[in-house]
Amino acid sequence: MNVVIAAASAFALGACATTGAAGSAGKDNGDTSRFAAKTEAENPFPSTYRPYPGVPTALVGATVFDGAGNRFDNGVVLFRDGAIVAAGGSDISTDGYTVIDGTGKFVTPGIIDIHSHLGDYPTPSVDAHSDGNEATAPTTPDVWAEHSVWPQDPGFSRAMANGGVTALQILPGSANLMGGRSVTLKNVPARTVQGMKFPGAPYGFKMACGENPKRVYGGRGRKPSTRMGNFAVNRQTWYEAIEYANDDDAKRDLAKETLKGVLEGEILVHNHCYRADEMALVMDMAKEVGYKVTAFHHAVEAYKIGDLLRENGVCSAIWADWYGFKMEAYDGIMENAALLQNQGACVVIHSDSANDIQRLNQEAAKAQAAGQRMGIDISDATTVQWITLNAARAMGIDGMTGSLEAGKMADVVLWNGNPLSVYSRPEKVWIDGALLYDAMDPKRRPVSDFELGQPGEGDVK
Amino acid sequence: MKRLLTAAAGAMALASAPAFAQDVAITNATVATGDGSEPIENGVVIVENGRIVYAGPADDRRYQTDQVIDAEGAWVTPGLFATVTTLGIWDVSAVSESNDIRAGGSPFSAALDVAPVVNPNSQHILIHRAAGITRAATTTMPSGSIFAGQGAIIDLDSDGNPIVKARAFQMVDLGEGGGRIAGGSRAAAHVLFRNALREAGSYGEAARIPGGSKSPRDTTTGDDITVDPRMVGRDTDRSSDTLLTRFDAAALVPVVRGEQKLYVAVERAADIRAALALKDEFPRLDIVLVGASEGWLVANEIAAAGVPVIADPLDALPYGFDELASTQSNIGRMKEAGVKVALNVAGMENPRRIAQQAGNLVGLAKMPGATGLTWGEAFASISSIPAEISGMGGKAGVLARGALGDVVIWTGDPLEVSSVPTRVFIGGVEQPLGNHQTRLRERYRDLDESDLPKAYDW
Repeated sequence: MNVVIAAASAFALGACATTGAAGSAGKDNGDTSRFAAKTEAENPFPSTYRPYPGVPTALVGATVFDGAGNRFDNGVVLFRDGAIVAAGGSDISTDGYTVIDGTGKFVTPGIIDIHSHLGDYPTPSVDAHSDGNEATAPTTPDVWAEHSVWPQDPGFSRAMANGGVTALQILPGSANLMGGRSVTLKNVPARTVQGMKFPGAPYGFKMACGENPKRVYGGRGRKPSTRMGNFAVNRQTWYEAIEYANDDDAKRDLAKETLKGVLEGEILVHNHCYRADEMALVMDMAKEVGYKVTAFHHAVEAYKIGDLLRENGVCSAIWADWYGFKMEAYDGIMENAALLQNQGACVVIHSDSANDIQRLNQEAAKAQAAGQRMGIDISDATTVQWITLNAARAMGIDGMTGSLEAGKMADVVLWNGNPLSVYSRPEKVWIDGALLYDAMDPKRRPVSDFELGQPGEGDVK
Repeated sequence: MKRLLTAAAGAMALASAPAFAQDVAITNATVATGDGSEPIENGVVIVENGRIVYAGPADDRRYQTDQVIDAEGAWVTPGLFATVTTLGIWDVSAVSESNDIRAGGSPFSAALDVAPVVNPNSQHILIHRAAGITRAATTTMPSGSIFAGQGAIIDLDSDGNPIVKARAFQMVDLGEGGGRIAGGSRAAAHVLFRNALREAGSYGEAARIPGGSKSPRDTTTGDDITVDPRMVGRDTDRSSDTLLTRFDAAALVPVVRGEQKLYVAVERAADIRAALALKDEFPRLDIVLVGASEGWLVANEIAAAGVPVIADPLDALPYGFDELASTQSNIGRMKEAGVKVALNVAGMENPRRIAQQAGNLVGLAKMPGATGLTWGEAFASISSIPAEISGMGGKAGVLARGALGDVVIWTGDPLEVSSVPTRVFIGGVEQPLGNHQTRLRERYRDLDESDLPKAYDW
């Protein structure tokens, strides 16, 4: 059976097969089972995303932040066939490329939001659209965010046009200790979520500690109602997942398949967690169980344990200035990112908001400036890395995007000024080398199905 | 060594907390007066007895003041005016005990008055003072009724007395939210509104309220609206109270008389029209629109009605079916049509984002097909215009002779995300800028616990 799965899996990846390969293959091999669902390894909801066509393009004369911490003044960025060819100084030849003059402008990689609920909590934000929290049990590792994404959410286009966002991770909400799988999307308009799925991106796994799970379930008079209850439920769930993962004959279990994927390191843990003391406990729990936390999200107190986060190799995905809205956010400070950077810990600026995703560049700039005021000098190039390569790394897609390095996807933004200024906006956005937003061309701007025929259709927004 | 330095700095912070206004002249400044004009290079601002006496280009006058500050080219502006905030009435929004924004369980609505419950020691007031906001309109929000209650104008200074003008406005939600609260539809909200205003209109001597009292004392809580005497009387029973309690009806008397502003929360173009039409029935209403995401669709009608608007600057998404036409160009287009528009803080993550949001409208002006604001217009939308809409025109949000001495010196362009105030004066008094956040920042500047735990690092 294992051989069969491997063969079918290879077929699925290579040719994008979507029909019952596993079932028929089973018969051919003499398996007496009449029915068989595709397995996890067979990727039952494969990406159908294909890059749109582009022209070989050379951006010249602009200031380039490559996302990997480098800055090139009067730089050149070349891309063709969907991939970055080169990024660097003005000595790069542009022969054979359509040249775009970026004098006075700036170039960055596509902006990446590691924490979004677009599609799962789309606008209009009515109850019928509320698909982000399966808040019916404290742990729901079996749910997948992609099954809730509404591709017609107008928020996707705003994130592209106003924020230069080219990739984003859609997470289930934080009502549950284990909220389910995330999905990483390319920010392209599509009829189906599969048409947006980032090819080759690993799954993420949303966990939440602290106030939300205990409030949601404690409010219903059930476990967990305390932080100790949170840990108890988590640990017991992990022990059972370990048993499952160790049992070759275990009956399929969607929830435990996801947890097994986490234990195997194939699914990355994104843990909503605010308080420093609690993050430390979670890191110990991860060691106890044998998994790794990839990033703490909303980590408003991360600055208190920058050393610990650095030593454990855990990123902090944070806001610039959200604070005070809940008890565990009371110690939020604007210097959080800068203090973490100063400690050598990994910083990602995230949005968790359909509004802030449109201005992640400004959020990063605010965090940078707060650091500078306390004497922590962080370059513009490093600040841009917080919303590009660092985000990509924590999402497991840094080999493909997040910086303007040769061979990576040509996810590129041309800004009409320094992206760290409040006065700057994206002028053009390319995804895999295809021009999908152009401020100078009213038709090069997506309008979702929902917006057609409505007041303001096609407006600049 | 580090701890010694910290201790010294802490002592200085306490010592520098001022108790009284000093006359001050700020020279060599980039002065933005807040009136919509562009900044003035090499400007001067002079404050005497807590009021502005001069703001403009440098001239050859000599400064006989307690203090002359050479700004070295830095930006100097009036304090920012944040309108429709909840500053001072909550500590942690999710901690209900600390949160006075809504009172869904109360039998009262329009009568709710924010003035007695504003906490000047709230960390949010301290944090926003440090962000350059010197005055704000603060209010409870609708919960049990379409009426939110009576908002106040506050200052954010450290003197323990935040109320500048109590009962400055009443707020009512006649949009989607109001419809839900009123029983399920906008139609219900409109009937509830008319019933309430008619009750208020007939309230008074003709009501012949049983158990009438002697005249209550004339209690002054603001500079032009006193507590309605009927609300402090002892005659509290009225058999006809049904949809509106006696107190709520009394609270709406100044609204129906046009003595108190009525902030009407609406987003949809049709709801805006319906709100403007209220003046046909209640001609003395002094209406201000709040929200107005689709205002640009009816901008000429709003302008013709002479109704000002407090609008969300960066809404670009259809959050509800009443905001389908949301666009960041909304404010610019209304401004072009002649509407007086201030930025609404209510929809922001926190009020200190007003400067950032105003800056975005300047950036928007560069986008083909979009309508933004000039720098001067954008700054006015968070300074003089919200002050004017709030009834403090010429007194706040502007550096002009006779205005209150609310002056901020900045690290850079105040609309830029990297800028913060270096010094803040409110009513001519320099303010301390420390708070919980600045203390945390200093405590965690390093993670050194080699001598003692962090708890001793203060």
